[in-house]
This record gives sequence, structure tokens and C-alpha cells, in this order.
Amino acid sequence: MNAVPLGHWLLLTTALFGVGAAGVLLRRNVMIVLMSVELMLNAVNIALVAAARAHGQIEGQLFVFFSLTVAAAEVAVGLALVVAIWRSLGRTDVDDVSVMHG
Amino acid sequence: MSAEVLLFYVVGALLLLSAGAMIRSNDPVHAALWMVGNFLLTAVLYLVLQAPFIAAVQVIVYAGAIMVLFLFVVMLLGAQPMTRSEPIAGHRATAVFGLVALVALLSVAVARAPAAGRMPPPLTGDFGSPEAIGQALFTDWVLPFEWVSLMLLVALIGAVMIARFGSQSEDPEETSG
Repeated sequence: MNAVPLGHWLLLTTALFGVGAAGVLLRRNVMIVLMSVELMLNAVNIALVAAARAHGQIEGQLFVFFSLTVAAAEVAVGLALVVAIWRSLGRTDVDDVSVMHG
Repeated sequence: MSAEVLLFYVVGALLLLSAGAMIRSNDPVHAALWMVGNFLLTAVLYLVLQAPFIAAVQVIVYAGAIMVLFLFVVMLLGAQPMTRSEPIAGHRATAVFGLVALVALLSVAVARAPAAGRMPPPLTGDFGSPEAIGQALFTDWVLPFEWVSLMLLVALIGAVMIARFGSQSEDPEETSG
């Protein structure tokens, strides 16, 4: 055995995605929730690059390039929202943001 | 067992461990440092997958820029007490059940996929090199490339507007709640 089949890569990224989703669902600190979202994006990026390698096509790596750009934009807007929430509430737990709660 | 296989298992295990340590840490700064480790290990996996350009971009954008942004905001917000409240009864148990179900479903789907056993083909020429990526990016994918630059501009303006003016229109509902 001198190479890793695509299925093993996808299982690794599935596990990593699950860890990220656990962070989003179980943590209440908004910074750690945002970091966990990054973890999930990262897992999908690894899956895309692994698929690009397994199929010998470069497009998978280009998708990761675009997804990195979207992630950078997402972090910028997300952290701006965190700063705005902190300024108006003084706290940043996700449970504190309940103004639109029914 | 070749170096590629060995790297996959060792770095993959470290990747999962650093991710677990990240979501378990009680200090956002520690979480951010675990995240840097996670991103650097991801770059190693990209090198294993013959994607040197993506690995470099990963280190520069994620481990560099995004990381600094996170640390800036963590420092700006200062230390806040970590609450482990459970506002909705049974929220944690439901979340854990859903997570286990999701990962099990995805794993079964992946393991049964026709492409799961596919081995990487032998490398042809300059696969994954900056030249190959640039060639594809500026010929077939030039329109998405331009759209992405527009999206970055919109995100930049939006982030500045939200962080600068987002809290000035304070209504009483917001401050009392």
C-alpha cells in the first residue's frame, strides 16, 4: 500500500466536520462558535482537494481557492457583527442575542 | 507503507486531536492557538495531496490573516466568563444525538460511494503547481475570479459599516434586553 484511497480522506474530513459541528452546537461562546464554523469549512476544503487529487483534475483546488476567499469574507463580516453585538450588549454569548426571540 | 500513507494517518490523527482540543478549550486565546495548529496541519495534508499552491494560500490566509483577525477581536472583547448554560431543556442531549446520527450517516454514505476505493492516479507534469492553477484560473475561471473580487469588496465595506455604525442606532429594546 503506497497511497491512500479517496474514501479514507473523505472519512477523515467527515470526522473533522463532525467535530466542527459539535463546537457550533455545544459551545455558547460566539468566538468559539465562529472558529468551529471555520473548522467545518476547512474539512470541506480538504475533501475537495482530496477529490481533485483522486480524479487528477485541477478544478477541485480552484474551488478551494474560491472557498478560502468566501471564508475570509465570512470571518470579516462575522467578527464585525461580534464587535457590534459586544458594543450594544456588553456580552457576546450566543444566548444573549435574543432580541428577536418570539 | 509509504511516507504518504504514514503522513496521512499521523497528521490526520493530530488534526482531529487539535480540533477536539479547540472546541473544548475554555479560553478563546487557547482555542485560537489550537486553531492555528489545526490550519498548519491542514497545510501539511494539502502538501501530501500534491497541492503546494493551496497549502501556501492556507498558511497565508488562514494561519496568517484570519488568525490575526480572530486574536484581535478576542483581545478587544477581553476575558469574559464562559457560561455553560443550557437555555433549552435537553438541548445538549439532542445536539449530541443529532451529531452522532449526522456523522454516522455521512460515514456510511462515503464508505458506500462508488468512488471511495479510487486510488490517486500517477501525477502528470505540473499538477497543482502555481502555473497550472494560474493557467486554469485566468482562462476557464476568470469570471468567477472577478466575481470573488467584487464579493471581497462588498464584505470589506459591510464589515466596516457594521463594526463602525452597527451599534449607534441603539433602541431601548436592544439595550434593556
